Amino acid sequence: MANGATGIGARVKRKEDKRFITGKGKYTDDVRMENQAYAAFVRSPHAHANIKSIDKSAALAMEGVVDVLDGHQLTGDGIGNIICGWAVTSKDGSPMNMGAWSALATQKVRYVGDAVAVVIADTQQLARLAAEAVEVEYEELPAVVKADKSLAKGAPEIHENAPGNLIYDWEIGDEAKADAGLAAAKHITEMEITNNRLSPNPMEPRSAVATYDEAEEHYTLYTTSQNPHVARLVLSAFYNVAPEHKLRVIAPDVGGGFGAKIYIYPEEITCLWASMKTNRSVKWTADRSEAFITDAHGRDHISTAKMGFDENGKITGFKVDTIANLGAYMSLFSSSVPTYLYATLLSGQYDIQNLHANVRAVYTNTVPVDAYRGAGRPEACYLIERMMETAARELGMKPAELRAKNFIREFPHETPVIMTYDSGDFDANLAQAEEAADVAGFPARKAEAAKRGKLRGLGYSCYIEACGIAPSAAVGGLGAGVGLWESAEVRVNPVGTIEILTGSHSHGQGHETTFAQIVAERFDLPIDNVSIVHGDTDKVQFGMGTYGSRSGAVGMSAIVKAMDKVEAKVRKIAAHQLEASEDDIVIEGGEVKVAGTDKALGWHEIGLAAYTAHNLPPEMEPGLKESAFYDPSNFTFPAGTYICEVEVDPETGRTEVVQFTASDDFGTIINPMIVEGQVHGGLAQGIGQAMMEQVIYDDDGQLITGSYMDYTMPRAADLPFYSVHHASTTCPGNPLGMKGCGEAGAIGSPPAVINAITDAIGNNNLSMPATPQNVWNALQAVTASQAAE
Amino acid sequence: MTKVNMTVNGKAVSRNVSGETLLSEFLREDLRLTGTHIGCDTSQCGACVVHINGKAVKACTTLAAATDGADVTTIEGLANGELHPMQAAFKEHHGLQCGFCTPGMIMSGVDMVNRYKAEGRELTAEAVRHELEGNICRCTGYHNIVKAVQDAATKM
Repeated sequence: MANGATGIGARVKRKEDKRFITGKGKYTDDVRMENQAYAAFVRSPHAHANIKSIDKSAALAMEGVVDVLDGHQLTGDGIGNIICGWAVTSKDGSPMNMGAWSALATQKVRYVGDAVAVVIADTQQLARLAAEAVEVEYEELPAVVKADKSLAKGAPEIHENAPGNLIYDWEIGDEAKADAGLAAAKHITEMEITNNRLSPNPMEPRSAVATYDEAEEHYTLYTTSQNPHVARLVLSAFYNVAPEHKLRVIAPDVGGGFGAKIYIYPEEITCLWASMKTNRSVKWTADRSEAFITDAHGRDHISTAKMGFDENGKITGFKVDTIANLGAYMSLFSSSVPTYLYATLLSGQYDIQNLHANVRAVYTNTVPVDAYRGAGRPEACYLIERMMETAARELGMKPAELRAKNFIREFPHETPVIMTYDSGDFDANLAQAEEAADVAGFPARKAEAAKRGKLRGLGYSCYIEACGIAPSAAVGGLGAGVGLWESAEVRVNPVGTIEILTGSHSHGQGHETTFAQIVAERFDLPIDNVSIVHGDTDKVQFGMGTYGSRSGAVGMSAIVKAMDKVEAKVRKIAAHQLEASEDDIVIEGGEVKVAGTDKALGWHEIGLAAYTAHNLPPEMEPGLKESAFYDPSNFTFPAGTYICEVEVDPETGRTEVVQFTASDDFGTIINPMIVEGQVHGGLAQGIGQAMMEQVIYDDDGQLITGSYMDYTMPRAADLPFYSVHHASTTCPGNPLGMKGCGEAGAIGSPPAVINAITDAIGNNNLSMPATPQNVWNALQAVTASQAAE
Repeated sequence: MTKVNMTVNGKAVSRNVSGETLLSEFLREDLRLTGTHIGCDTSQCGACVVHINGKAVKACTTLAAATDGADVTTIEGLANGELHPMQAAFKEHHGLQCGFCTPGMIMSGVDMVNRYKAEGRELTAEAVRHELEGNICRCTGYHNIVKAVQDAATKM
């Protein structure tokens, strides 16, 4: 059933764009309720302190202040602690050490920004003024902000039940085999690698508007969420805000997520509870400074790695030791990021038989750390691909040659770190990227740059990631507290138009277009006859939301499954009315026909017939609406090669990305325009991590990079046009053959950038972010060592 | 409270505002024109860009009281029956994803094209990137935004 203009593979312009380009988007902060009050939080200015007392009197005396609420009242009302929903077990069999996290702290604060109380007032300005009038007496405690220092003897203890600040000490793979592989190696490459801490920074700050209906004992929450049903589940089952049937969560237009809007934060919990306490609608919207100290941060790993090679460049063994900083509390999925989303990808695109990774997760007095675009996979990719490029230099091989020597070429391929890669053609991506990047012409470009006094470098990254998260039983076995299926409902109306209700959530991904494309293709209908409903727990039956590049491979698969059921019923109705066999029914051109005859019904006539129910097959229920839950059979494995070319000014260290080439294998692509856009955005975030972005705390735990004055967000002038290509293999694990595209750019690009810069400057010892200062310092080290020789 | 009179999207508006009310708050809260967005608190992100007397201005750093007598255009007032060429180009080139920075990007884009045309200068890709210094997008990597602005420049 071809539908060339709007079906699968078409560059359909987005259906959702009109409201955004005309200023008619509806974001949470645009919502205004009757009788709305505003929340402002009283936050700890200390990274670590005991709370001695809270004096609310001055704030309560201010006109227009409705109430000032604290953590004792919150816990007194039975609001539960914030939990991490993925139980990771240490290698000695002990459970992870999860410290208590109350939405409003009662005894102790553990990071700058930890909420202590909330002011509810008639205006936002008044709420903020009154929050400053709340006097909290603190007893300051020593703080620790770096992961390795947190593990050191004598470091301040952050949670009573986490001795030595250790959350877990976990391993994967076979250590004895990895040791033996390294012992047998002819060459060993060894590196210490840091993955810099980042702040996700979706442009829309988080926001919540909570309303309590006293008569119905019912709550409504508008919130900036990537997964409103998960928010409802957690708010209900764990935080005891309200039972699920008494809580509606709506995530309207959401201005970017990148992971930061997966979690259920203290502010949403508090707004809901405060709306009941004050009997007012309560709105809270973060300003950017508040976002920097409350949105979960990302990355922050310190690793050492050893990779052994035989005389032919084949990898004989790989051993990794990582310390992951999870911040002051365990955020919702924090435990899974440095374990099942990181260490399971350490085999990369390579056939590595002997592999072992050890991961220690630790508390520090910093903002909680959780999944940020890529989540664990960028850390794995950066580590492997820095190792491979460095090893190639040490072995005197071309970086592409060393990689190709170790590529996996037979699928399915089981790695020693529990993943089973289902498909891929790594040679094809490498060849496509090398051709598009004109690698053959690089020496001439380098020579030309040298004449201008510039250092030109080329860097590779051959990434693989795991998306389509994930088979529920598999993740359940690994400690996940939820299933990771997706649900969909296909509703054919009596006039034949279609609504798709999906548990996926779009916050920039263009689902209203791509989801409609697969329906238009399947039933050969105009795309404008299809609309997508998402983001409201009262409308959509259930859903696990959008993160981990899962909306295509999992979300769309659920839609396909529901469409299968609709099609089966359509065939039955048509066969009955047209007196034909179901097998002879074809659906095309807006009609349901009997093949080889002129007998046909309009698609809308089938819809009407289903709802009038005047002439349906015996025993058939009226209506034409089907739902489905799709549980994936495996992860999906997007992969590809990225090649970055840079030019460094040796006088200043200033580095320009002059060319960035991507060849991706995403499986089936529904809308190339949208997929390319996802890659562009991911690349910008990856280049941002590599060259500009870094969250910095001082030793006392004060956030130094707390605004856009201090935290470098990539601007247009910092970035090139990207050269984006696809060489795809079909994913065998889901009906559309999709792998996912949302995170690849952010995963694959940082090592390509750093490999290019280190190639240009001739010094491998360079950490992210490669700011002009860092690059210049690395260059001086080269000059100094040359002078010493 | 100060009385301000201004024209917003072609309509005369008269309101009492406090001296510290920002234009962005005034537009969003008093006039309920919520297309003007607030993405930061240090005047860097540009999600709040509007036109005051035809020039791009960050509404988060402008006092409402200071715009007395001004002619203000917000994203809601840009289309005139049909989409403005800049709006159309953003759709055509997929210059937006989550849409949050988009109103500011479009308002900056229009201003940029107008200035370059008035001065007879060519709006190169490099110039667009430089001009967008005050507008941050986290979704698109800017690639398609630059293409959209350049394309709109040929149609304005």
